[in-house]
Amino acid sequence: MRALSLGRWLRAWRVPPLPERWHSTLPPQQKVSVEVLDHLEHLALVDFRDSEGVERLQKAIQFADQLHEVNTDGVEPMDSVLEDRCLYLREDDVTEGNCTKELLENAREKVEEYFVAPPGNIPLPKLEERDSFLQGS
Amino acid sequence: MLLTLLWRATFPSMQVTVSQRIHNLLCHLLSPWVPVVGLEIHAQISSNSKLFSGSQVQFAAPPNSLVSFFDASLPGTLPVLNRRCVEAAVMTGLALKCSINKKSLFDRKHYFYADLPAGYQITQQRVPIAVNGSLSYSLCMDSKMSQMVTKIVRIKQIQLEQDSGKSLHDDTRSQTLVDLNRAGVGLMEVVMEPDMCCGEEAAAAVRELQLILQTLGSSQAVMAEGQLRVDANVSVHRPGEPYGVRTEVKNINSLRFLAKAVDYEIRRQIEELENGGTILNETRAFDSRLGCTVPMRDKEGKQDYRFMPEPNLPPLILYDAKSLPANMNHQQVINIDWIHERLPDLPSVKREKLVEQYGILPEHSFTLLNEDGLAEFFESVVKQTQMKPKKVIGWILNDLLSYLKQYSLTVKESPVSSFLLADLLNLLEKKEISSTAAKQVLAELWKGEGKTPLEIVKEQKLELLQDQKELEQICQAVIDERENEVMAIKAGNRKVLNKLIGLVQRKTQGRSNPVLVKQLLEKKLSE
Repeated sequence: MRALSLGRWLRAWRVPPLPERWHSTLPPQQKVSVEVLDHLEHLALVDFRDSEGVERLQKAIQFADQLHEVNTDGVEPMDSVLEDRCLYLREDDVTEGNCTKELLENAREKVEEYFVAPPGNIPLPKLEERDSFLQGS
Repeated sequence: MLLTLLWRATFPSMQVTVSQRIHNLLCHLLSPWVPVVGLEIHAQISSNSKLFSGSQVQFAAPPNSLVSFFDASLPGTLPVLNRRCVEAAVMTGLALKCSINKKSLFDRKHYFYADLPAGYQITQQRVPIAVNGSLSYSLCMDSKMSQMVTKIVRIKQIQLEQDSGKSLHDDTRSQTLVDLNRAGVGLMEVVMEPDMCCGEEAAAAVRELQLILQTLGSSQAVMAEGQLRVDANVSVHRPGEPYGVRTEVKNINSLRFLAKAVDYEIRRQIEELENGGTILNETRAFDSRLGCTVPMRDKEGKQDYRFMPEPNLPPLILYDAKSLPANMNHQQVINIDWIHERLPDLPSVKREKLVEQYGILPEHSFTLLNEDGLAEFFESVVKQTQMKPKKVIGWILNDLLSYLKQYSLTVKESPVSSFLLADLLNLLEKKEISSTAAKQVLAELWKGEGKTPLEIVKEQKLELLQDQKELEQICQAVIDERENEVMAIKAGNRKVLNKLIGLVQRKTQGRSNPVLVKQLLEKKLSE
């Protein structure tokens, strides 16, 4: 299964410019190496495809790096704003299901009542088979 | 025998250490390698509905019929925790002597697979529901089951998590068919520390866990239906050195295969290392047809699961008698102490009670519990017969069980009910039939034609000859026919008497009491 949504999202995403005053204190901007890129693409099954995508990724990382500026010493990390709420417990009753038809309506391909997917995960092309534009980065 | 039993009862731990020491010594002498085996066991929770959704849990339903929008990971759906699943995990944790975390957390574990539509599994990675337990299990040192050793494996943790869907691979058309019926079913992952050292130990530990889960009812734990799935982590190292690189063996779907897969993997690793090779940290699958493990192409390389806290589920809080809030809806409260008080007798306790109450051997109590419903069958027979439990157990384990095995039936499917067996044993106990005849009747009862033991005895004329005169006549006839044998006995060869007893038995078609026949013959020969 290849998920392209993140790649599309990254390509479409405009990274907001960094505030002037932070430029000085940020860690020096790191180039995204081919190996890191390869690892990320495998993890997320995303194809960054072209140099523009890679540049956008680099900017996204830089944007997220701003978080390092905040001093969090001795602060317990927060999971979510709901973490002090009660976790609702449901009784063990069957209330859903039996909607095969509706579920399969969205499926691009189906066989009888099954969803059809490509066989296993499609491996990304080997590093050396990748477009040459990445070789220099 | 009695002495051994007494000794076992008084010094159970001593026996373990002595035989364990011998075992360890043998291992050390025989092989310069120490195998280490740890297990991860996924047990499907027995519940009506799934862990986070209200769709039904059922094996072998039509594809994609038990799927809610949440299970299919449609946008905008949220998880709602099933109370029953939490209680099942708490029960299991308590039965495995774990400490139950009053606050546990849910996390997302990411990986891409067609049968995991969300792209992540909700699990408990940081703080699981139960930690630091132990499981004691027994295994036989020899094939006759007469020497059992008790061992302990530590339980690292039990975590609640979602099951994935099922993929059917159609290689010819190069496609995967996905059925999400299983997606989102509640699982308990039981993580065992690497305290085992061979396939047999691993299988015995899983068998005991399976019995515990079935006793609790927290999982049906039928391996053939995938309700209990075992992954084995195996490594070998030289004595005194740190643990070796481990491999994970998956796709094990029976206890027999678990033992085989682990032992194969241990042998393979030792061979590899002795030939100067190295062990890769890889996932391997057990091929039951070939009886060996093979690397799984699918799972090559190190996975990065990108764990993160599940933002849609606040922490799971459990209470005990002390921390119980006063003004909270009781349906929203899970009380650990309340569950603890209601735990049923675990298999180990049941075995002890059987041994104590009926005076049977410990190994017999294991066999009774190993077969679903057999202990109850035994107790029911004992209640309905005058025969001593020690004698009843022989009929249950030697005769009934071998019939069941021969026809691969469960105890519940037995055509001979506990009532019928008790009836038969009563005839035997009242000396109305011989034990040979009783076996004949049992064979007849097995046909399940609805006859009572007494009817069969009457029909086939199997009742013991109660008429002393008739029996005396038959004995006399045998003596008259067999001059040579009589001479031999009179000359002092007492063994020949057995031959005469056999002849009388044959003439009466097994309907004579051998003890009585012996007395009669002896009396007549001394005249």
